Amino acid sequence: MRPILMKGHERPLTFLKYNNDGDLLFSCAKDHNPTVWFADNGERLGTYRGHNGAVWCCDVSRDSGRLITGSADQTVKLWNVQTGQQLFTFNFDSPARSVDFSVGDKLAVITSDPFMELTSAIHVKRIARDPADQTGESVLVLKGPQGRINRAVWGPLNRTIISGGEDAVIRIWDAETGKLLQESDKESGHKKTITSLVKSADGSHFLSGSLDKSARLWDTRTLTLIKTYVTERPVNAVAMSPLLDHVVLGGGQDASAVTTTDHRAGKFEAKFYDKILQEEIGGVKGHFGPINALAFNPDGKSFSSGGEDGYVRLHHFDQDYFNIKL
Amino acid sequence: MAAKLRWGELDEDDGEDLDFLLPPKQVIGPDDNGIKKVIEYKFDDEGNKVKITTITRTRKLANARLSKRAIQRRSWPKFGDAVHEDVGSRLTMVSTEEILLERPKPLGAKAEEPQAAGDPFQRGAVLMVCRTCGKKGDHWTSKCPYKDLAPPSEGFVDKPPASDAATGAAGATKGSYVPPSMRAGADRTTGSDMRRRNDENSVRVTNLSEDTREPDLLELFRPFGTVSRVYVAIDQKTSMSRGFGFVNFVSREDAQRAINKLNGYGYDNLILRVEWATPRTS
Repeated sequence: MRPILMKGHERPLTFLKYNNDGDLLFSCAKDHNPTVWFADNGERLGTYRGHNGAVWCCDVSRDSGRLITGSADQTVKLWNVQTGQQLFTFNFDSPARSVDFSVGDKLAVITSDPFMELTSAIHVKRIARDPADQTGESVLVLKGPQGRINRAVWGPLNRTIISGGEDAVIRIWDAETGKLLQESDKESGHKKTITSLVKSADGSHFLSGSLDKSARLWDTRTLTLIKTYVTERPVNAVAMSPLLDHVVLGGGQDASAVTTTDHRAGKFEAKFYDKILQEEIGGVKGHFGPINALAFNPDGKSFSSGGEDGYVRLHHFDQDYFNIKL
Repeated sequence: MAAKLRWGELDEDDGEDLDFLLPPKQVIGPDDNGIKKVIEYKFDDEGNKVKITTITRTRKLANARLSKRAIQRRSWPKFGDAVHEDVGSRLTMVSTEEILLERPKPLGAKAEEPQAAGDPFQRGAVLMVCRTCGKKGDHWTSKCPYKDLAPPSEGFVDKPPASDAATGAAGATKGSYVPPSMRAGADRTTGSDMRRRNDENSVRVTNLSEDTREPDLLELFRPFGTVSRVYVAIDQKTSMSRGFGFVNFVSREDAQRAINKLNGYGYDNLILRVEWATPRTS
């Protein structure tokens, strides 16, 4: 395959997200402008101007009408996807790290970083259908775990919130009461910071990637460890194919060590693993730095990766990929 | 192409204001082959009018079925920074490099592995020459089924002298510099004493292991006849063996026998290459 290189960002990529139809790709980077691209040819459709800091995460509503972005400028913004117009700004007292729309797009879960004396927190906000009615009040605020929460997503039927972060523990919270329901235990859990967390297409299981050089597959309801994928690099990003039983891990050595070593030693490929056999299928090279973001097109026929090098690489799979047998 | 503007015509703060002077943007195509031509004009830093022709080929990537709304979104107007996109900016490019999903092991290798072990012919067929029975590409020396039938280990396998090995006396090719003493008709006797001692019946041994020292080489070559000199090349910096050496025999026949026997001989896990040393041609 010949990947499409998109050089819209001037700083390292942080997050990638396809919309539900798989025709738009949203990219966030440490520069201040989240960008939307056509996912087939990589043409830039527009940028969302207004943030004043690195943008860490974004999510798009199911109808591709609304975009929510979380930024280090201590705000979370709602946008009109089509026009790039700002609809609402949620203000926080610390950088926002992760955002996720609930099923039905009526709620959003936002995590804020620990900052000064503040501890990290998970906020649940109600998203109004009409932006004019939007308020900044939180429905629920969860505080507790130490360290940054790198990712929080909704569980099935919006009943739970799944979070993972610097303390390497995956937690499942009750989305109504805020009670801690489950916690991954020491033996089966990650050993280092959890960097990314992605749900399967049907939400029955989810995959977490960690700096302990592994990714783990969990059952959403019982939080039992199903599979472990061991690799030889810190994992910054994970993705799951909605079409085949494949998982993709992206990462690489720390950005600060990149200049001192050979680029081959950095292990910057996106590695494909068989979801069930836990065996490596192959690697896709290309980035000149660690991979920070990965996303699979909802049709499973293409995926994109965003790197520390500021490039988004959009890969449309060759026919060979679909015939791979282990 | 570039009509130079006179500086007097330029404003103090020239820039965007002059854009009305430019011919409008032209878009030709895309034609049947998907080739689209965009012709644009702009001023460069020196006020020269520059015509920019961008030829792009639009390729159909996949016959993806798009939803109605996705098709609608295709025609959305650009916004944000995408509105004022330079033609030359080339934000989106197709990689010139073909990137493959690199398999950790060759395709289907796992299934074939047990078979491959039994039949290694598929791999390294060229390299695999049994030094016991001389069969090519059938088995490795250590697995030779005929190894018990081979002549006793003391006797090395006789090999006909390699045809290209006897290039020892290769004359200087024409065009290259020949020192006066080597030219035809020159008196060769003077000053050739040294050379004679070094070059006469000299055998070059390559692919020596790093641990091989001169006494080892002497021990190896002595059975073939009287050896007048043994030399192993040592790297001056690392004082490690460079993996080759020279052995001089008193008689040429002994040297030839040594070459026949020892070329291809396994010594200290390496396969020696023994041949006539070519005289220095400089």
